[in-house]
Amino acid sequence: MEFTTFLFYLFAAVMLFSALRVITARNPVHAVLFLVLAFFNAAGLWLLLQAEFLAIALIMVYVGAVMVLFLFVVMMLDINIERLRHGFWGHLPLGATIGAIMVVEMATVLTGKYFGLSNFPAHALPVGESNTKALARILFTDYVYPFELASVILLVAIIAAVMLTLRQRKDTKGMHPSDQVAVKRSDRLRIVAMASENESPATDSKGGTPV
Amino acid sequence: MMNAFLAPIQQWLGPVFPLLWTLLKIVLILVPLMLSVAYLTFWERKVLGWMHVRIGPNRVGPWGLLQPIADGLKLFFKEVILPKVADRELYFVGPVLAIAPALAMWAVIPFSDGWVLANIDAGVLYLLAVGSIGVYGIIIAGWASNSKYAFLGAMRSSAQMISYEVAMGLALISVLMVSSSLNLSAIVHAQAHGYFAAQGIGFLSWNWLPLLPVFAVYLISGVAELNRAPFDVVEGESEIVAGHMVEYSGMSFAMFFLAEYANMILVAAMVSVFFLGGWLSPVGFLPDGFFWLAVKISAVLFFFLWIRATFPRYRYDQIMRLGWKVFVPLTLVWILVVGVWMMSPLTIWK
Repeated sequence: MEFTTFLFYLFAAVMLFSALRVITARNPVHAVLFLVLAFFNAAGLWLLLQAEFLAIALIMVYVGAVMVLFLFVVMMLDINIERLRHGFWGHLPLGATIGAIMVVEMATVLTGKYFGLSNFPAHALPVGESNTKALARILFTDYVYPFELASVILLVAIIAAVMLTLRQRKDTKGMHPSDQVAVKRSDRLRIVAMASENESPATDSKGGTPV
Repeated sequence: MMNAFLAPIQQWLGPVFPLLWTLLKIVLILVPLMLSVAYLTFWERKVLGWMHVRIGPNRVGPWGLLQPIADGLKLFFKEVILPKVADRELYFVGPVLAIAPALAMWAVIPFSDGWVLANIDAGVLYLLAVGSIGVYGIIIAGWASNSKYAFLGAMRSSAQMISYEVAMGLALISVLMVSSSLNLSAIVHAQAHGYFAAQGIGFLSWNWLPLLPVFAVYLISGVAELNRAPFDVVEGESEIVAGHMVEYSGMSFAMFFLAEYANMILVAAMVSVFFLGGWLSPVGFLPDGFFWLAVKISAVLFFFLWIRATFPRYRYDQIMRLGWKVFVPLTLVWILVVGVWMMSPLTIWK
């Protein structure tokens, strides 16, 4: 057995195990962390397929950003796990059916006999060409309009999401940094010239004045 | 010369050789790194002491030089306390997840021409990806401790780290554009060419000068990413004690400490490689080599200590404002400027 084959089985086994634990873990935070582990192993599998850009992008985007925010939300929610598991057996037939359909569809695509996946041979990279460069070249030449369109749609989605959640409450107290920076000494401080004030100079028993 | 020496060993060990050779190289990187971390803590206390007109640690060994060893021994023999309501497994996974990325990122840092553990094409992407995992150590530690202070610290830290990762990533895009490579060795090599390098004053050809605003953004974001003063609200002593580390003791605390200082050296190395010419010599008549990288890393580290002694802590909302409303637009504009510059006849990158 080659070393890469061993690595494939290792990544695949850990991924399947963690994917299973995502739905069986009692603690939602543990479930999210197992999902992170599953992503990580999927990235390992992609690395074995020499798709290093996709693998690293998966870690950067999903593990590094999306799952962190997800973890935030799950940690802050007070999830009652017993109530969550209440309908498990009731929903199982529907879930199992959906799962089975997905497995059948994937098998249809991957076995290639009917779908013709073998018509798309693995794209052989020229020696010394990195996967990232090849991807970028195709993305910014042949597919530049779909790519730009997709990014504009994403931008619109981001702004829409921000606008949907942005509520200006009346009792919110906020600061305006530009006003703070623009403040001058004369706005805050007034120096008053006046004679110093003393209490009536009380002489003590020795005849000196208290300091 | 190295190969002639290694060939008989390679023949004797057979298929195990690559594994052992890589392990040896990892040890050769990690042992000096850990020593540097130990003496960086000492150097920090000394520098802070001098800046405060104090003496700093001077009791253990000559000039206090054995202080980090004594600190290490003390931490090693302290009891590792597990809070009663803490999440048993995750409480110990936290420190491991904090230190592992800090060490793994060293794999792609080139120490000199060809001196790199993994000379991969996607080196910058690897750094960004592994760097983004570091935040898990902090979140998990904060949550698993089951303490309000720790959780607040973890939330502050992760929000800050994610925000400044955006600025750092965008700052790197300009660097990638001018060096047209994701490989760190190639990025250093790209800085060896230019008008000034041909005149023998190579330090003016490094990326810091044409990309000056981006260099400033990257350096300051690096400090924020490290959660160090003046951006250390994460462990602001007066507000939330020690943040996510408040429940940890002994070696589990020491691992966070090691991770923080290893990350400091790493960010200094990254700044040196991306903007300060890596192992390149600043002037033409001196040879290139690891020495120059060490000097640059030390200078950036001194900068980190200097600003810690100089600046008061930022307010939290101002940190967020600086990251999102100042740095991100600035780097975006500079990407455009560099793009136009590269396409114009005035380009200095050929």
